[in-house]
Amino acid sequence: MTLQITSGSKAIAWTAANCGIEVVAAYPITPSTVIPEELSRIQPEHGYEFIPVESELSAISAVIGASAAGTRAFTATSSQGLLLMTEALYNASGMRLPIVMVVANRAIGGPLNIWNDWSDAMALRDSGWIQLFCKNKQEAVDTLVQSFQIAEQTDVPVMVCFEGFYLTHEVSPVEIPDKEKCLSLLPPRKPKHTLDPANPELIGAFAGPAYFQKYKQEQLAEFNNSMPAIEKAAQDFENKFGRKQIPLIEETSLQDADYAVFTMSSLAETTEELVETLRTQGKKIGTLRLKCFRPFPKKLVAAALKNKKGVVVIEKDASSNDQGSLSHDLKEALYENNVQLPVLSCVCGLGGKDVRQKDIERAITELAQGKTETIWL
Amino acid sequence: MPETQTKTAAPTKPQLFSKGHGACAGCGSAVAIRSILFNLGPNIVVSLATGCMEVVSTGYPDNCWGVPVVHSLFENAPAVASGVTRALKKRGSNAIPVVIGGDGSTYDIGFGALSGAMERNEDMIYFCYDNEAYENTGIQRSGATPKYAATTTSPKEVGGKSEWKKNVSFIAASHGVPYAATASIAFLSDLKKKIEKAKAIKGFRIITLFAGCQLGWKHEPSLSIEVARKAVNTGMWNLYEIENGVFHRTVKPKQIEPVENYLKMQGRFKHLKPEQVADIQQRINANQTELDKLETSAVNLSKIL
Ligand SMILES: Cc1ncc(C[n+]2csc(CCOP(=O)(O)OP(=O)(O)O)c2C)c(N)n1
Ligand code: SF4
Ligand SMILES: [Mg+2]
Repeated sequence: MTLQITSGSKAIAWTAANCGIEVVAAYPITPSTVIPEELSRIQPEHGYEFIPVESELSAISAVIGASAAGTRAFTATSSQGLLLMTEALYNASGMRLPIVMVVANRAIGGPLNIWNDWSDAMALRDSGWIQLFCKNKQEAVDTLVQSFQIAEQTDVPVMVCFEGFYLTHEVSPVEIPDKEKCLSLLPPRKPKHTLDPANPELIGAFAGPAYFQKYKQEQLAEFNNSMPAIEKAAQDFENKFGRKQIPLIEETSLQDADYAVFTMSSLAETTEELVETLRTQGKKIGTLRLKCFRPFPKKLVAAALKNKKGVVVIEKDASSNDQGSLSHDLKEALYENNVQLPVLSCVCGLGGKDVRQKDIERAITELAQGKTETIWL
Repeated sequence: MPETQTKTAAPTKPQLFSKGHGACAGCGSAVAIRSILFNLGPNIVVSLATGCMEVVSTGYPDNCWGVPVVHSLFENAPAVASGVTRALKKRGSNAIPVVIGGDGSTYDIGFGALSGAMERNEDMIYFCYDNEAYENTGIQRSGATPKYAATTTSPKEVGGKSEWKKNVSFIAASHGVPYAATASIAFLSDLKKKIEKAKAIKGFRIITLFAGCQLGWKHEPSLSIEVARKAVNTGMWNLYEIENGVFHRTVKPKQIEPVENYLKMQGRFKHLKPEQVADIQQRINANQTELDKLETSAVNLSKIL
């Protein structure tokens, strides 16, 4: 493992290359642009095929073709690019192709905005892709390695989400998992179905009403059963690299907390720091960070929050239903598990707006005063 | 044109597209697919675009294909095939990557993906089976629909389609691809030669195959080959190849028949007024003159940048 002082995007590109990817197709978009740039620059060292396609729809489509043909295929994108892929993303998961994609999260226009929030990945929350939201660069890099294992074990594609600019552009020390160790976790792909003239198969059939729903039901059941594979990949990585991994959820000072802050991505670091300060003031606040947004670990989340007096959801996305998607999902998880507690949804950080600790603190105060109407920080 | 043209390539090898596909009786496009596969042989990997030929042949649990096929979407087959091509290369396979798409995916919705694959000169053979409309969704106009033809979105009430057909082969040639050709289901030995030539070339090769749809064109199912032959004999469809930028006619009728002979075979042209027929005839005449000039001029289209 080598410690490098570099940007999140370069760290991602180097790690992807170390995972033995065979075909890469990608298209530039801020803030993920440096990932394909770097992958094209280091291609000669690694020997994968790099396809400089003419759009994101073609990027994901080429990756679909490469994956169907049995290779380990990779792409990266953001925002408008991710949404341009939408049709093919549903197609890829429906075809059970173990594609791994990094999404450097960014707002969706209009108005046009290149800065960070989670709206892009949230728009694809029902696309049948596993979605892992990473807290920092190191976690993004480590999760990327695990994602190839998860995808290839489950035949469910994986989206590794990390925040545009805050993490893609931040230059700081990061351990790059070395190739030999990565490859020992990731043996050459052995697809169950592939495109081999010696054994001709059809990948991507047409299915009528007699088969379609049954297929979807099975696909989603397997998708929802992918959590053990996610945990196993984290454990294997931990054993190999000796670095603690969070597969699904992470609790910080939560056990004895009265109130909890529920969040994802780098907002967790902001929140954890705040919680530390509040604890010194005797305020019993804790953090629950969701790493695995899809599939949503409803039981785990509900169990972690069961005895709290209330929960503040801090999220960088807004659905048209006056609150963010994370809040919707949390409420569903609590309801299904008979956990009744006040939830205050906070929409913040849209399009790169600063999220300040004092705003989160104010939200906690308002929740403690009984407020549960969505607030925009 | 010698009638034997259509008889020389009768399939004797095991068919790679069969097993009871659901295409309409007399479907020219199904003839196209069968002929393409017959001439290519089994060592190929097909990326198939959504459309009539996909829908009639891939319905789970059946599969009419004797070769590996990946079907993803309507508009992305050239990109999917780019991934397949690179994967086969990476894995050291010698199978030929092939795309099969209709005119809708080729001329229209997948045009960007096609252009990208051509510009990158991806090492694949692209087949467009051109039945001149979106047949699968119920006969809507496409960029390949001829002027004045009635479709459900260019109905006779508005005088049929108001624009001329695009020429995808010349568009391909201006990308500098090594091989772009037209073909017809009524000229199977010409098709065979073109496929054999394409197989021997590296880089992006595209063959646009005139392959009708009796349902959309509105003629008797038994006439599909006749109609296709008449298209060539009237100059409505021209058989040529553009090899490394150099244009060459592979089949040229000695005498161009009046286009009316072609139009009157099909219900989609039934509403045409004499001046519209004359307009088409004029266009064909001019086109023939220009194609002849091009052939004798030795202009290299791939050098026009
Ligand atoms: C993005 C998208 N838009 C529209 C459709 C509906 N659609 C499916 S096939 C088709 C037309 C296909 O036309 P063509 O490529 O000419 O093939 P044909 O059916 O004529 O053989 C359309 C419009 C689709 N599947 N996907
Ligand atoms: S609608 Fe046309 S193209 Fe489609 S199967 Fe029938 S004849 Fe063939
Ligand atoms: Mg068509």
